[in-house]
Amino acid sequence: MHAVLPEPDLFQLLSPEGVRVPSRDTPDTVSDEELSGLYRDMALTRRLDAEAIALQRQGELGLWASCLGQEAIQVGAGRALAAHDMVFPTYREHGVAWCRDVDPVQLLALFRGTTHGGLDPHTHNFTNYTIVIGAQTLHAAGYAMGVVRDGAVGTGDAARDTAVLVFFGDGASSQGDVHEAFVWASAENLPVVFICQNNQFAISAPTSVQSRVPLFHRAQGYGIPGLRVDGNDVLASTVAVRQALEAARSGQGPTLIEAFTYRMNPHTTNDDPRRYRLDSQVETWKLRDPLARVRAYLTRYAGVGTDFFGAIDAEADELGARIREGARALPDPTVETLFDHVTTTPSAERQRQRTEFEQALA
Amino acid sequence: MAKALNSALRKALEDDPKVLIMGEDVGRLGGVFRITDGLQKDFGEDRVFDTPLAESGIIGTAVGLAMRGYRPVCEIQFDGFVFPGFDQIVSQVAKMHSRSGGTIPMPITIRIPFGGGIGAVEHHSESPEAYFAHTPGLTVVACSNSSDAHWMLRQAIASDDPVIFFEPKRRYHSSKGEIALDPPPWLQAQVVRPGRDATLVAYGSCVQLALDAATVAAEEGHELEVIDLRSVSPLDLPPVLESVRRTGRLVVVHEASLSFGAGAEIAARVQQEAFYSLEAPVLRVTGYDTPYPPARIEHDWLPSVDRILDTVDRTLEY
Repeated sequence: MHAVLPEPDLFQLLSPEGVRVPSRDTPDTVSDEELSGLYRDMALTRRLDAEAIALQRQGELGLWASCLGQEAIQVGAGRALAAHDMVFPTYREHGVAWCRDVDPVQLLALFRGTTHGGLDPHTHNFTNYTIVIGAQTLHAAGYAMGVVRDGAVGTGDAARDTAVLVFFGDGASSQGDVHEAFVWASAENLPVVFICQNNQFAISAPTSVQSRVPLFHRAQGYGIPGLRVDGNDVLASTVAVRQALEAARSGQGPTLIEAFTYRMNPHTTNDDPRRYRLDSQVETWKLRDPLARVRAYLTRYAGVGTDFFGAIDAEADELGARIREGARALPDPTVETLFDHVTTTPSAERQRQRTEFEQALA
Repeated sequence: MAKALNSALRKALEDDPKVLIMGEDVGRLGGVFRITDGLQKDFGEDRVFDTPLAESGIIGTAVGLAMRGYRPVCEIQFDGFVFPGFDQIVSQVAKMHSRSGGTIPMPITIRIPFGGGIGAVEHHSESPEAYFAHTPGLTVVACSNSSDAHWMLRQAIASDDPVIFFEPKRRYHSSKGEIALDPPPWLQAQVVRPGRDATLVAYGSCVQLALDAATVAAEEGHELEVIDLRSVSPLDLPPVLESVRRTGRLVVVHEASLSFGAGAEIAARVQQEAFYSLEAPVLRVTGYDTPYPPARIEHDWLPSVDRILDTVDRTLEY
């Protein structure tokens, strides 16, 4: 087992073979029933992802950024959240969006080109995908400053205390905004949990291009706790994120979690990973698949039978059909959506241009 | 003007508990220009606070605060230091409302002391307004006198749209007028001196310069109309067009470099809307297309009364 472990210091609670690994410091508090639920979320996320890729190949989406292989950290984090916690994703957190009940079709809209976002962040406490790398980490820090000013930290009232969760990648770890967000969160002891999904590549550049130390070591320089979690282990991911969120809500400040994972698919549907990585590396990571280990565990140790997995397959088929139908039915944006929200009140010049645009279309 | 801005911030803090003042040295020090003097003492460190020294962080965290329902007023210490925050302003602040389908307003005011003429070192005298005016989603204004500074800042803070608020730093202590009892209409240009022979359009520090030029021109028998744009984006064009239709001549004055500046947009729009009224081409008096010069020669580089008068003469010769 240890032969396939990539690094020391890796927090893991479920081995790639599907064996619960006891932790001395951090108790594994996830029941078999809860684990079954996490498996379902990961399986449905994987189907959502696969459908989107298929739709892109059929020309229905312009692009898709696949999360294949990263389901465990995304679902683990997604299920560790309280409803009133706020989430700031990049553009690959489909598993987190799933856990926040964001309509998958709405996620596809961005990639179909019918909207640049269109979500009200407060509906699911999940913001629109951010495409500029790392920019959202500062938004998360600022939101957390608001949470502090609202007195929604460390009151001991679970319904009130609020954490902010923000995602970024190994490439983003080089961005100035990310470093500034660490500085802010640390200096002001903000209730933010930073999750760096280290999926080993920033498009083509391996993590070694970004850093000569493990990314979670960076936390030390900012005076905040940092840890490396097996990002393919949904148990460890859930427990670690839950603990960090609880620390944030209770006023103990920020945490950096490096989720060590692997992007199994190309960066996006436009990418060709054969130019920068070996198939053998991908094969190695297949042995650490997030779903396979949970399925093995549930089958072997929790008495979960084929009925359970069959029901999820059926649910996934339904989801797939809904996504395919929904994506194709997404309406093109109208002139109204283009001009309406540039500012809260339109300028005379923009009104003139809108009329001109409408006349040109007529 | 410094006091007028300070009292505007004070009033905004009093009127709306969601208003926050944030930036480098705005707390205990009261800002390097003392615009926020005394505010932290009176409103507390939660509402008036020093940030870490990082402009992208100031703007980026303001975005998050706005999403949480706050109304941040960010101070950028000097014009030339806004650029580390440029990405957050252009890609996030300006587009968030549109991206979210109109669900998330960005009531952020970004105050920037701008312009030269104070003998400063590099990066402390620039006029970057055109970068922001070119970005849909941003409102870009510049005040020229104490009363406007006060009222326009309060209006900017009350606006649900993000406002880039340019303060002409060389007027901080030279503009000492009373604050008007009522606010001027938001985002509207104003005729600040009527005239019939030619129209001068300016904003920020150049309004006073244009007024000085008009005084001299009057002694020579030329009555110049001076318009204070007040808003660079959106442009309030009707008062300019109305004026040009009477005078037939237009000179735009700004400190920012010539090419692709605000003057270019004004010239294009005026020739489009008032072509047959023009007796002469629209001319511009601006900074040159060079980096802002070292202080010892900045007054040769900046628009001046002489350069304005020479340019007016050229339009009158057509």
